[in-house]
Amino acid sequence: MSVKGSVIAQFEQVAREQKKQLAPLSDDLVLLDSGLDSLCLAIIVARLEDALGVDPFDSDGDAEFPVTVGDFIRLYEDAAP
Amino acid sequence: MPPPELISLWSSSSGAGRLSDRALWGAEASVSLGDLVDGSGLGGRLEELRDRSVLVATRDQLTAALALIELDGVASRLVLCPPDLPAEHVPYVVATAAVDAQVIDEAAPVGAAPGVETLVACSPKITPGGCDRTPRHATEWILLTSGTTGRPKMVVHTLASLVGAITGGGTPAAPAVWTTFYDIRRYGGLQIFLRALLGGGSMVLSSAGESTGDFLIRAGAQGVTHISGTPSHWRRALMSPSAHQITPRYVRLSGEIADQAILDHLRACYPDARIAHAFASTEAGVAFDVGDGRAGFPASLIGPQSGGIELRVENGSLRIRSTRTATRYLGDQAEALRDADGFVDTADMLERRGDRYYFVGRRGGIINVGGLKVHPEEVEAVINAHPRVRMSLVRTRKSPITGALVVADVVLNAEADAANGRAVELEQDIMRRCREVLPRHKVPAAINFVPGLTVNATGKLVRRDA
Repeated sequence: MSVKGSVIAQFEQVAREQKKQLAPLSDDLVLLDSGLDSLCLAIIVARLEDALGVDPFDSDGDAEFPVTVGDFIRLYEDAAP
Repeated sequence: MPPPELISLWSSSSGAGRLSDRALWGAEASVSLGDLVDGSGLGGRLEELRDRSVLVATRDQLTAALALIELDGVASRLVLCPPDLPAEHVPYVVATAAVDAQVIDEAAPVGAAPGVETLVACSPKITPGGCDRTPRHATEWILLTSGTTGRPKMVVHTLASLVGAITGGGTPAAPAVWTTFYDIRRYGGLQIFLRALLGGGSMVLSSAGESTGDFLIRAGAQGVTHISGTPSHWRRALMSPSAHQITPRYVRLSGEIADQAILDHLRACYPDARIAHAFASTEAGVAFDVGDGRAGFPASLIGPQSGGIELRVENGSLRIRSTRTATRYLGDQAEALRDADGFVDTADMLERRGDRYYFVGRRGGIINVGGLKVHPEEVEAVINAHPRVRMSLVRTRKSPITGALVVADVVLNAEADAANGRAVELEQDIMRRCREVLPRHKVPAAINFVPGLTVNATGKLVRRDA
């Protein structure tokens, strides 16, 4: 699965588990408007680290905080080994 | 007769700056502090609450704020009920604090807690009269914090201990407009509320139902100058396109470990703001602020400090003695809050690197998920009730979003199950059970099946203190 595919799959999985209504995902969708809260995003980041072996946030604050779903996916695409 | 030195929140607020220039802004309504000089939000029923033990149980933060301003010094005790207090704990809180009156929202009236007869509605519509707030008590402020068993711990403060860290510092050049992502019924939020009132400022109150973006827009519209939150609140705020709606002079973090990444991100987003991270807890009060932009704190803070504060490191954890600590826990079987020397053990574990100390986690494996405490035992009890589970260890996993997450190591009865390729199914089943009985932040984000867990000589699970 592509990095983008893995990220989207985790969004959908965590939304289901946490009973959150996920907004239709697009690159410009603002993360905070996706229907997922901080806890959901934290779980997604942890699971992606397990699945992809990277945590793009773990670089001493170099990475900007992502604002949109596109920003978020790009962080993982850039960090992918 | 009251001793002459008795001061109240109302008298201190009135003395701090022209009331008519100051306001409290909620999400739906606002109140000018000047209107409280000749009026009240309690509908003329303030006297009924005099000398009583009052449960402040409003949904709205603005009405809670009004009740606290009006009742400090008047009521003998104020119990600050956080909005998410589970209904099943209310009878315990009422009995333990000997509550005999309750303040609720006029807009959303609820029934009285069991055994409480006096029910007074509070409204942001200020009506004339009923505002003789002559203080007769050094009112006890009871704050609730989470306990090991799920039942809240009730922490006793007074206005004096709560405001001990707030220095007058003269009238600021421009009046401050404070806000916080916290609820003001939690220690971190209450500190900001008291700073706004005692510092002669105004305040924007957050609202549970409001998105981070909408809150930031509202805060920006009122010209917020001083703003506080946990590192998790801030990480969320920085993910919002509305982060630039505010241009604060002062940004404060507390309630969780502030790592270098979040401090650097805030510096980049608010280049002109003074950025400080504070150490404070409900029990220990505010211990210190760090303003040098670096994570951790200077080792020179250990030992006696000015203002009668003394910090100690003992068995790896931070201990604090000061006039800002809480007095005691309420309740017959309550444990001691301070040790024999008057120190409060924060259970926050420290590690020294060079000339600084860094927080590395909590003793006893307590996990801090976005500012909410999780006691591992409570989660383990749920997991261990699963018929396939022999034992479990719940521990912390670092998160760049919420600081920490809950994860569980689980030993199964029949290890064959995990090897059978049914691990995923079982993991889902355990998580489903956890979701049914635990609040969301306590449900493990991941479950690892392990062959065994280390048990020490006394038969207890070995927990790492971080």
